[in-house]
Amino acid sequence: MQAMLTGNHAQSLAAKLARVQVVSAYPITPQTTIVERIAEMVASGEFPAEFLEVESEHSALQACISAAAVGARTYTATSSQGLLLMHELLHWASGLRVPIVMGVVNRAVAPPWTIYADHTDTVAQRDTGWIQYYCESNQEVLDTVLQAYRVAEDFRVMLPAMVTEDAFFLSHTFEPVDVPPPEAVDAFLPPLEMPYALSVERPARFGSFMPPDQYMEDRRNVSDGMEAAARVIADVEREFAERFGRDHGGVLPLFGCDDADAVLVVSGTAASTARAVAREMRDEGLRVGVAKLRVFRPWPVAAIRAMAAKTPRIAVLDRSYTFGFGGALFQEVRNAIQSPRGGALVRGYIAGLGGRDIMPATIQGIFEDILAKDAPEVSWVGLREVTEWPG
Amino acid sequence: MGRPPGGDGMARLTIPAEELMTPGHLGCPGCGATLAMRYLLKGLGPRTMLTVPACCWAVMSGPFPQTAVRVPFLDCAFEATGASIAGLRAGLDAKGVKDVTVVGFAGDGGTIDIGLQSLSASLERGVDAIYVMYDNEAYMNTGVQRSGATPWGAWTTTTPVGRTKPQEKKDIMAIVAAHNVPYAATASIAFPEDFVKKVEKARAIRGPRFFHVLAPCPPGWKYPPEETVRLGRLVVDTGIFPLYEIENGRYRVTRKLGTRKPVSEYLAKQGRFGHLSEYEVAEIQRRVDARWTKLLTLEKATEAIE
Repeated sequence: MQAMLTGNHAQSLAAKLARVQVVSAYPITPQTTIVERIAEMVASGEFPAEFLEVESEHSALQACISAAAVGARTYTATSSQGLLLMHELLHWASGLRVPIVMGVVNRAVAPPWTIYADHTDTVAQRDTGWIQYYCESNQEVLDTVLQAYRVAEDFRVMLPAMVTEDAFFLSHTFEPVDVPPPEAVDAFLPPLEMPYALSVERPARFGSFMPPDQYMEDRRNVSDGMEAAARVIADVEREFAERFGRDHGGVLPLFGCDDADAVLVVSGTAASTARAVAREMRDEGLRVGVAKLRVFRPWPVAAIRAMAAKTPRIAVLDRSYTFGFGGALFQEVRNAIQSPRGGALVRGYIAGLGGRDIMPATIQGIFEDILAKDAPEVSWVGLREVTEWPG
Repeated sequence: MGRPPGGDGMARLTIPAEELMTPGHLGCPGCGATLAMRYLLKGLGPRTMLTVPACCWAVMSGPFPQTAVRVPFLDCAFEATGASIAGLRAGLDAKGVKDVTVVGFAGDGGTIDIGLQSLSASLERGVDAIYVMYDNEAYMNTGVQRSGATPWGAWTTTTPVGRTKPQEKKDIMAIVAAHNVPYAATASIAFPEDFVKKVEKARAIRGPRFFHVLAPCPPGWKYPPEETVRLGRLVVDTGIFPLYEIENGRYRVTRKLGTRKPVSEYLAKQGRFGHLSEYEVAEIQRRVDARWTKLLTLEKATEAIE
């Protein structure tokens, strides 16, 4: 069935199709319509979930964690400041190995107040033990939420997952979305089986104090789960493609990267713009490619290395900042391909912060820069010249 | 109380014999909080699920893979006990498990200070669970720092002598009562029959239920461990911590006091009050008298509520 959906309503509908049992959320622009639509569907009876209208994002995630600890399938959604408030609980969720799926509408961080897109909110959570998918279309949002449950609930993984979408570019933009029939989703995504769920029949404790002779092994165990997620993500998408006749290219879908003189690594909606620009440039004889970072955690190091082996120059577009040296994606790409034998030249480009458009000209400028011999290591792209601040 | 007399002429205890708390916990000698858990679980029985934030009990239950209770125990974030009970209840409901009592068990700091927001929200939303605040009147797990539950004039490591706590203890029962919950009660570890009876009563009620349990702390209050139960009695019999319940807005004092013992008797047994002057002790007595009068007035004023 084709439907016209916003990215947010694709999230709501996917949660319903996934037969989520407990939803707990707190409102923040631009996430609100995800939860409003879920509330409507719960009220009408078509989405039979326990729905908790909690008093903060912190409590939203704690409630999901506790519900998941007894084996219920859970969903929440947030954005920006709300995700930052959840930070402590993000660690709780991965440490307790509860397979929560969370929709995150990527919104820049205050101050100064803003409600527009960038990825700093989720990139800043890269070390919390959550799987992170970045989506480019509303179809990808819906499909990825369903895939994320399969990955998160896989017994080799058992880790929570974020499915992100750019504020407004997806969250409030309508696109045609193919909505799979519920029976097909049920066949793809069976009910959650959590053999170690808390129950009075088998009393146990989750979250105990661990002395120094145990703690490291527990962390390693979480790390192994994240590593396993890389394989499971690929398997799950293959199965999804067989059942539904479409996929989204795995962890690092490539365009024109086999023969490229330069590749742009990019995530989120800017990937569509980047491919359109690359196509035009290729038509003009310039061999450029685009690698879309669809999964940031687990870090797809093998796919990055395979891509990097075929190109001399890599531009990394970060729609976020770290106040370190260049953006996080730039640092990690360069780190992944570091080798004593040299390897591709990697340059970082920070663009599109706080909802600033990433235009075709922005992308073209980045390609021209990386193809030039003397590109600086890190550039902020599209900065306006500020000669005088108001007041 | 209607206790059946025993064969030896002594009253038979009405406390269930089943032990759901095990020996081998890591509590300090004389810890009041161990008794709080033990009696609570006796009143609730085995179909109970606990969630516990950072507090003494997060340590006392023992390191992985041990646990000192025979019921499920979910650790939660310090400030989120109210949300954790909501999640457990929702998760169990979603799975069709209706006969398990969900219990949040948190210290005074985790309830009155950092956890007040999520507690208030869970009461306001009517979460069907029991929230127990065991009150040792300071952050004992971190080494006796002042909390919102520390009484006026008490020494703690962050309110040392010369700058002891200048504020009153926060009245959590009044805060809870303002949410119009079906049931809230105080209890002392020194009156187990009163405590267990209230727990059994609360277990049968649906909706948000709250317990304020006073749990003396030998190292934090600076007294010898064998005095715990005696202090748990004195704090009640001086009127400093009256035993009462609020059922649908109706107050009822469950331990009536004819003549209250002077507060000096309670204060003198604890090092944390050792610096108090005669004038300060008199001031505490004056405040306790006023609060006692207020409680009796509330009892009288609400007696017509069904």
